[in-house]
Amino acid sequence: MKPRVATVWLGGCSGCHMSFLDMDERLIELADKIELVYSPIADVKQFPMNVDVALVEGAVSNNENEELAHLIRRNAKFVLSFGDCATTGNVTAMRNQFSPDEIIHRAYVELAEADPTIPSEFMTIAKLLPQAKPLHEVIPVDGFLHGCPPTPDQIWFAVSELLAGRTPVLPNAYLRYG
Amino acid sequence: MSNVITIEPVTRIEGHAKITIQLDEKGEVRDARFHVNEFRGFEKFCEGRLMWEMPGITSRICGICPASHLVTSAKAGDDILAIGIPETAEKLRRLMTLGQWVQSHALSFFHLSSPDFLLGFDSEPAKRNVFGLMEEHKDFIRRGIRLRKFGQEIIELLGGRRIHTPWAVAGGVREPFDEERKARLLAWIPEAKETARMALDVLKKIHEQYAHDIPNYGNFRSLYVGLVSDDGGLEYYGGALRVRDGDGNTIADKIDPRKYYEHFGERSESWSYLKFPYYKKLDYSRGMYRVGPLARINICDYIETPLAEAERRIFKAIAGDVEVMNNSFYYHYARLIEILFAVEKIEMLLNDPIILGENVRAKAMINKREGVGVCEAPRGVLFHHYWVDSDGVIKKVNMLIATAQNNLARNRTVRQLAIQYLDGKKLTDGMLNRIEAGIRCYDPCLSCSTHAVGQMPLHVQLVDAANNVVDEFTR
Ligand code: SF4
Repeated sequence: MKPRVATVWLGGCSGCHMSFLDMDERLIELADKIELVYSPIADVKQFPMNVDVALVEGAVSNNENEELAHLIRRNAKFVLSFGDCATTGNVTAMRNQFSPDEIIHRAYVELAEADPTIPSEFMTIAKLLPQAKPLHEVIPVDGFLHGCPPTPDQIWFAVSELLAGRTPVLPNAYLRYG
Repeated sequence: MSNVITIEPVTRIEGHAKITIQLDEKGEVRDARFHVNEFRGFEKFCEGRLMWEMPGITSRICGICPASHLVTSAKAGDDILAIGIPETAEKLRRLMTLGQWVQSHALSFFHLSSPDFLLGFDSEPAKRNVFGLMEEHKDFIRRGIRLRKFGQEIIELLGGRRIHTPWAVAGGVREPFDEERKARLLAWIPEAKETARMALDVLKKIHEQYAHDIPNYGNFRSLYVGLVSDDGGLEYYGGALRVRDGDGNTIADKIDPRKYYEHFGERSESWSYLKFPYYKKLDYSRGMYRVGPLARINICDYIETPLAEAERRIFKAIAGDVEVMNNSFYYHYARLIEILFAVEKIEMLLNDPIILGENVRAKAMINKREGVGVCEAPRGVLFHHYWVDSDGVIKKVNMLIATAQNNLARNRTVRQLAIQYLDGKKLTDGMLNRIEAGIRCYDPCLSCSTHAVGQMPLHVQLVDAANNVVDEFTR
């Protein structure tokens, strides 16, 4: 059976996923080697069981990110913190100097016309956590891939190593933030 | 238990969203809503940063169209410096903007939407994605991947990296271009043109194949808004705003984009993090407008490149005598016309000797306390508005994002599709996927606007008025 790979998008800009797609023609090679079981670019809605590798982009920013992070940990053998937002909080955590109320007030009251309304139907939409957190503050992770976003070569290297059953040890050139 | 259907998360779009569909006692659709689920707060946390940092920070709003945010932010910076930028810099920024269009539009058509068309709306969900296409449609998808790569390479060869380059700055760009990189890009042109035409051929077959479904995909009148060039041509970087109505009448023209706030307002609702912009000269209920490829092709009088102009005429002929196309399914067609235009225009720009100029950056102090930058991002017109102090420290930020501006129309599309495809008795994955496909027409980029993924599965229960489960569905 081919290794079961998932990619997940939490509180990030999707740039890490775009860098994944920037592997270009190598994606066709990858399609032969893996089964993509869950991803924003695929239609399975429920994070599945028995995932071999999960690449997780973005910081943990709201209650739904947090619940999903725990589910990923339960169902995936190897969880990779994918990019700087997952690794450090990065841009998503720039909001941490303010309270959620302050940032919400700016966007939905000060910058709205006529009868401003605060998004509050939390049965439907997610609720911001007081702070956006890096993934490893919420669940234990098995590896970090730096970069905002990580480069396609870096991703290719990490995924290839994982598929070969090895824990990737990144060469120095890949150890950079930003 | 309630009679609400939730599709969560909406997939193969660039962002995190849910759809809920409320049924009435008879099991008929009462309302349907498109909810955007997360919020990151750029408007607030950019306060206190230097104006010079804004292109680098705001490009992190979105990994799909970072170059559009970058260029728009740099333009807001130009406005604060109150200077004109060197001609070379402007042409290079134009080149990058078009590279952004090509890569983003190729992603939308090939990677995200074509699985519905080539594998079928009712095909197996586990395979209905870009990887699923690699089995039977390898050549098609390889060409799509390469077209996206061409767009990304433009950005990389100009800015040094594909995603989040710091290349554009207030006053111009950081680095001149050169002959060698120009030659590398020119070598791509024939292949890119060929792929754009192939995609148009494929789409025309899709139009025939789905002729029966297409009239349901967001088919209603609305306003259309975007930039046009000084003489009314398709525009992507400069020009002024035009507003056209659903009958093809131009109701406002040559609006200074820096004064966007006099014409467009936003409303917030309790059930979505995405606000609802509308045209203020009409009220909220009639001020719904669409932006992006469909709007741009609808509002322009011509396209300056020959192949794209020929396609625009075919597009107009399909629209018939109303002059504008009011059906959102034709976003796909408009998008492919724009790819063709972009490739042709990129070739023209590359052959323009000005782009090899050495003077690419004008320098100035902070000369104004307020600046607005505007650009046509792939999904529609994008505004960045900054207020600064005399040192250029940001006091306040507003951004009006393309995906938000389509919010009212997208919501209406969801409702139209729900009414068409759900009968309150039987649910199938294919029906629900058609509703999602209606969303994909708009190619919404929700990271741009706010943005989260739901942990709940797509689990739908259809409940009748007596609370009996009529049907149940999980994927
Ligand atoms: S690390 Fe950078 S590219 Fe990745 S999600 Fe965060 S901001 Fe985007």
